[in-house]
Amino acid sequence: MIAIIDYKAGNLGSVARAINHLGFECRITHNAKELLGADRVIFPGVGSAGQAMQDLKRMDLDQAIYDLYESGKPFLGICLGTQIILEESEENQTACLGLLPGTVKRFPMPLLSDGGKYLKVPHMGWNQVKLKRLHPVFKDVAPESEFYFVHSYFPAPKGVETIIGTTEHGITFTSVLGKRSLIAVQFHPEKSGPPGLTILKNFCLWEV
Amino acid sequence: MLSKRIIPCLDVRDGKTTKGIKFKENIDIGDPVQMARFYYEEGADEIVFYDITASSDQRDIMIDVVRGVAEEIFIPFSVGGGIRTIEDMHRILLAGAEKVSVNTAAVLNPTIISNGANAFGSQCIVLGMDVKKVKTTNKIPSGYEIWIHGGRTSTGIDALAWAKEAEKLGAGEICLNSMDADGTQQGYELELTPLISENVSIPVIASGGAGNINHMYDVLTKGKADAALIASIVHYGTYTIKQIKEELHARGVKMRMAW
Repeated sequence: MIAIIDYKAGNLGSVARAINHLGFECRITHNAKELLGADRVIFPGVGSAGQAMQDLKRMDLDQAIYDLYESGKPFLGICLGTQIILEESEENQTACLGLLPGTVKRFPMPLLSDGGKYLKVPHMGWNQVKLKRLHPVFKDVAPESEFYFVHSYFPAPKGVETIIGTTEHGITFTSVLGKRSLIAVQFHPEKSGPPGLTILKNFCLWEV
Repeated sequence: MLSKRIIPCLDVRDGKTTKGIKFKENIDIGDPVQMARFYYEEGADEIVFYDITASSDQRDIMIDVVRGVAEEIFIPFSVGGGIRTIEDMHRILLAGAEKVSVNTAAVLNPTIISNGANAFGSQCIVLGMDVKKVKTTNKIPSGYEIWIHGGRTSTGIDALAWAKEAEKLGAGEICLNSMDADGTQQGYELELTPLISENVSIPVIASGGAGNINHMYDVLTKGKADAALIASIVHYGTYTIKQIKEELHARGVKMRMAW
């Protein structure tokens, strides 16, 4: 069974609908025991880092997430779920889970393109991911594929070993990161059309 | 680098679209779920639904439409029309929409923007603006005025000031409709659109006036729009979305070409 971690952060239903559409069963849950019993786990989220960390702690889910990471089960972070696996976020100056070393930073303002045009924040819309190395979750995803992003903060992992893919928006930021059984994406695969669905399907079948 | 978005807009009344697709025999014309699926497969980057149902007791039909669409398409879609309260927003988002758009309700009660952004995040809250060109006055220095109630009531509010205010309140995006250009098929409003887009940091979707691909090229380049809303030119089969994207891409506009 695939568990989707429910900590009241955003629309978990769209992740569940995409997983079901692909023919996999999933359960949205905030029960730590149920999460630890799942075969694989998705950690989604929209909203602010401060609120998310408060909710995770209040619901005693922070320890469950450490345990899940240690267990080596496939673990997928999405958007805010990706950011708060790092050590700390500039958003509300929040101490985060620290599964991977690094921080979460805000896009600098003003943000300019190569051609000197002003870019907008939030980074909202479709953009590409340049893979730094191959990963089973990106199998059969064409390199020119685009994914749906919506965020004002971005993951800034420490060191290069956890960086899997990067994206350009005025700056080059890490949009895919991971280590062992953990893979985390800044975009929304559940809203990224067929290539996003391919990523979710690969995750559902991933044998670490 | 972000792609510019092409967004078909569907008006829905009592659960049926008011304009069907004319060129595709096997589509159940008027079924918003089928139409959304069709545009999704054609490469639409997002879809906008406007619920123009007149009677409020018929609004539950729209919730069913949203649920149906969410099962079929895996790109963002937004729903506007008749959203008056945080509870209205909640029901639409829970049914599977990515975003809700508010227009009249936000002008009458701007806190719906901040309350909505606090409850669901700014990325969910789109400000719809219906704008008409007027004489520049002290009260309306930009020369563009906000109208509400589907464009039937003037407000005396300056469009540029309102866009900035809504951004401060927490709107995540603006859907900017020029009432002067709307329905003309003579091109988007190319003065209003950059005026708003260059003075807010949130994305602006240009709406009203699309008659051909050149119009879309203009608004996405000179017009500084982040996205272009289209209706008739795709509903009536003048162009397919794929055709539009291929031509804009060939002319150097960054488009999402693989899906």
